[in-house]
Amino acid sequence: MTDLRLERGGRVVLRDIALSVPRGSITAVLGPSGSGKSTLLAALTGELVPAAGTVEVFGEPVPRAQKALLAMRKRLGVLLQGNGLLTDLTAAENVALPLRTHTDLPDAVIRRLVEMKLHAVGLRAAADLFPRELSGGMARRVALARALALDPPLMVYDEPLTGLDPIASGVVMSLVRRLNDTLGLTSIVVTHHVHETMPIADHAIVIANGGIVFSGTPDALAATQDPLVRQFLDGQPDGPIAFDTSRTARAPEAA
Amino acid sequence: MPFVAATRALGAAGLFALSVLRASRPTRDFFSELTREIYKIGARSLPIVAAGGAFVGLSVTLLGYRALETYGATGQVSALLGLGLYRELGPVLTALLFVGRAGSSIAAELGLMRATDQITALGLMAIDPVAKTVAPRFWAAVLCVPLLTAFFVSLAITAGYFEAVHVIGIDGGTFWQTMKDSVDFHDDFLVAFIKAAIFGATSALVAAYVGYHAEPTIEGTSIATTRAVVNASLLVLMFNFVLSALLFRS
Repeated sequence: MTDLRLERGGRVVLRDIALSVPRGSITAVLGPSGSGKSTLLAALTGELVPAAGTVEVFGEPVPRAQKALLAMRKRLGVLLQGNGLLTDLTAAENVALPLRTHTDLPDAVIRRLVEMKLHAVGLRAAADLFPRELSGGMARRVALARALALDPPLMVYDEPLTGLDPIASGVVMSLVRRLNDTLGLTSIVVTHHVHETMPIADHAIVIANGGIVFSGTPDALAATQDPLVRQFLDGQPDGPIAFDTSRTARAPEAA
Repeated sequence: MPFVAATRALGAAGLFALSVLRASRPTRDFFSELTREIYKIGARSLPIVAAGGAFVGLSVTLLGYRALETYGATGQVSALLGLGLYRELGPVLTALLFVGRAGSSIAAELGLMRATDQITALGLMAIDPVAKTVAPRFWAAVLCVPLLTAFFVSLAITAGYFEAVHVIGIDGGTFWQTMKDSVDFHDDFLVAFIKAAIFGATSALVAAYVGYHAEPTIEGTSIATTRAVVNASLLVLMFNFVLSALLFRS
């Protein structure tokens, strides 16, 4: 991402964003709620066209033409905050959906691949369950298996821990690390769960007040004395980051 | 400004309709979804259509008998019943029942899919959400509403027959012969099904459009459901007048 400015409804959400994600790494994009993390993600997936600057994925600018955009998305796995599992399909059918749509593989091969994907997230036994029959952690892992169905080289996780208990959070985070290493992926984890994410991340970025306020290793993040970053890491109610989102939103324009 | 907004909304709805037609490709997945939707919005609507048809047949027969009795023309009650059902009541009332039963469910389902990120997830998996979620519902409605209309009219005529012949005392042979003489296969019967298909397409498009573009909240889904029923019902009534004026010459 180069000199990126993102707007929603005519309001500047993020400005002067410059960011590159090394191949094979896990990059954690951290920030308080409403800081623009999901907006950044929308620009990455082509849902939001930048007001200025460029976003490149796999070395190419994110296409605007629908056909080229869909082709790019086949190489991009996205785990949404709300999972987005189709409620009238079973776990296995959800995982099979991208395979059935984008490949001509025979049913037997698709079934085998689905079994492998569900096995990779530890849910082979849940293949015939519907999303309503799954716990929050299980549903998140089925969504993860579906995002991995087409073996995408780049995985994007949008708030993967929201609504999960500490054990499920640990399971999901260790899965992110393990899948990244064993499948040779590149991962971007967008989250506000700092302490659960730092142990698996190679690189950390903190977004606040409309821009990137920190970029470095998890160790450097833990050691930083920047008051803005410290307020976020230590969960202090008072500090440079405004708790009132309307104040936060106006900050970039006022600056 | 309301005129500009209305024109813009009409244009957006037109583009949405085109996108549905463009997304309708005869793939294996499409036929699988279509079969499922035919069951959900067609087969499951049969009970209310049957009950509605029977009561409308009884009411029209009774009303016709009382009106025609004054002129000594009670034998014409089946002509009134047949023409009334095929030309107006059958397609319109079936479409209105369909809107209430299936149109609302199409809007609610798509609204909830929007609110729970399912539509977003499809787009991010490079799957066209319109092709996956809207096109099968649209074609299911186009196919089902004419069939439901046939079912509605059959039940209405059967109920009318039992009332006219076994309760009122009209001769059974006269009942059927009068209906056969007055209802034309091309001008009445086929036109009824053309109207029904157009009403099915209209209902499904309106319901899908408002559901697909609903605010991703519970309230947004609720508003979309109400809007689907109100807008689709009004459009069905409006199109019925236009089609009747254009299609029925005598």
